[in-house]
Amino acid sequence: MPSETKNDRIFPVSPEKNDTQNIELDLLLQAVFLKYGYDFRNYSKAHLKRRINQRLNISNLETISELQNKILWDKEFFRLFLKDLSINVTEMFRDPDFYAAFREKVVSVLKTYAHIKVWHAGCATGEEVYSLAIILKEENLLARTQIYATDINKSVLETAKQGIYSKKEMELYERNYKEAGGKGELSNYYTSKYGSVLFDKSLSKNIVFADHNLVTDGVFAEVHLIFCRNVLIYFDKLLQNKVLGLFSDSLAKRGFLCLGTKESLKFTDYENKFQAVDKKMRIYKKLYIPK
Amino acid sequence: MIKAVAIGTSYGGMEAIRTLLSKLPDSFHLPVIIVLHIGNNNITSFLTQLNKKTYFTVKEAEDKETIREKTVYFAPPNYHLQVEDDYSFSLSTDKKINYSRPSIDVLFETSAWTFKERLVGILLTGSNYDGARGLLTIKKYGGKTIVENPETAFAQSMPSAATELFEPDYVLDLENIADKLLELSNES
Repeated sequence: MPSETKNDRIFPVSPEKNDTQNIELDLLLQAVFLKYGYDFRNYSKAHLKRRINQRLNISNLETISELQNKILWDKEFFRLFLKDLSINVTEMFRDPDFYAAFREKVVSVLKTYAHIKVWHAGCATGEEVYSLAIILKEENLLARTQIYATDINKSVLETAKQGIYSKKEMELYERNYKEAGGKGELSNYYTSKYGSVLFDKSLSKNIVFADHNLVTDGVFAEVHLIFCRNVLIYFDKLLQNKVLGLFSDSLAKRGFLCLGTKESLKFTDYENKFQAVDKKMRIYKKLYIPK
Repeated sequence: MIKAVAIGTSYGGMEAIRTLLSKLPDSFHLPVIIVLHIGNNNITSFLTQLNKKTYFTVKEAEDKETIREKTVYFAPPNYHLQVEDDYSFSLSTDKKINYSRPSIDVLFETSAWTFKERLVGILLTGSNYDGARGLLTIKKYGGKTIVENPETAFAQSMPSAATELFEPDYVLDLENIADKLLELSNES
């Protein structure tokens, strides 16, 4: 039953307070950028406000200004805040239809390459990186693939690197894997121990996990395929365009770009620079425009 | 002047939305933004049906899409739907709220932030407690709040949660909600 007690601060109670909070939010984002170099100024404001209000509530703070004070003077608290803002909800073979389409429409092209370079941008705790590695392994491509898996958040990368996940998720992942066209059993790829599963090291052998900030860092490799699923929805239009520019510059001729199934190039400057390989599943190919 | 309508519903919601939208005339021009709990099911065929039976363009809300008049938007299954300051939508895959994604509270809260007193929030039939707190936010921001009469609603938990939490502006039977909405939209 909802009650108007403890969690009331989740919702600023008046328009006046909301307007003041908008000012505080802008100042906080500026402060975080100046002090720590993390640039959240072009993230979705609704998303930021919801996450920050949750943090105010948990930490028993009244205003964003108080939060700013703590963030500026307490590095550990900033780490916590960074975690609040990072995007960590993920699962293996999320949107199985997407993975099935990927197998059908992208893998055949990748097979014609001698070496394959992949950039998984915003990989969070790595569930989707391992999903991709499994597909590439089943298609006999993994051995000649180099995957760069990056995220802004170092602590989630640590989890990704270890490849250890909770066993209770495996039922869902096994189902996703089957729906995605998996050729064996998902359990062939991990060993279970004490309620956890450890994914096979042969999957991560060619994966480099690295700290990369899509907002402030540049191109670091030329790749044939970019995975960036359910990350762009957290950015505003300006930042979406900037990041798509970075992707476009990072992709080799006719390279592939895979977005989340509710993300698209439709409202961006890059609509005409990519061609849909599978429109519904948001698989795109960079158009080759001769100079 | 009312600029938008936000609606939340779950169990029994498809039928309730069909009833409500089919009573709205061609002259009704406000954008209508809806969160319908439907699990991971596809809503495409339901939307196609509504498109044929109403005067409005009925579609899934897309990330970064600008909110337009004479359009009915649905949150995509498995994503939270948020309204941004520039009257566009954003989506989020954040964890479930009130066991729900999309969550009605998220839509109501972010809509209230943006539309303030120019919003009507409507909470219809449903069997959980999502939306009550969000509707209260709409009220606090000066928007108008309508709750389906729990006595006559298909499932009463959701509307009851709202009426127990605060006093909404109107508690109405489903049949009468469209008329009230028209009345509110004609006031200036």
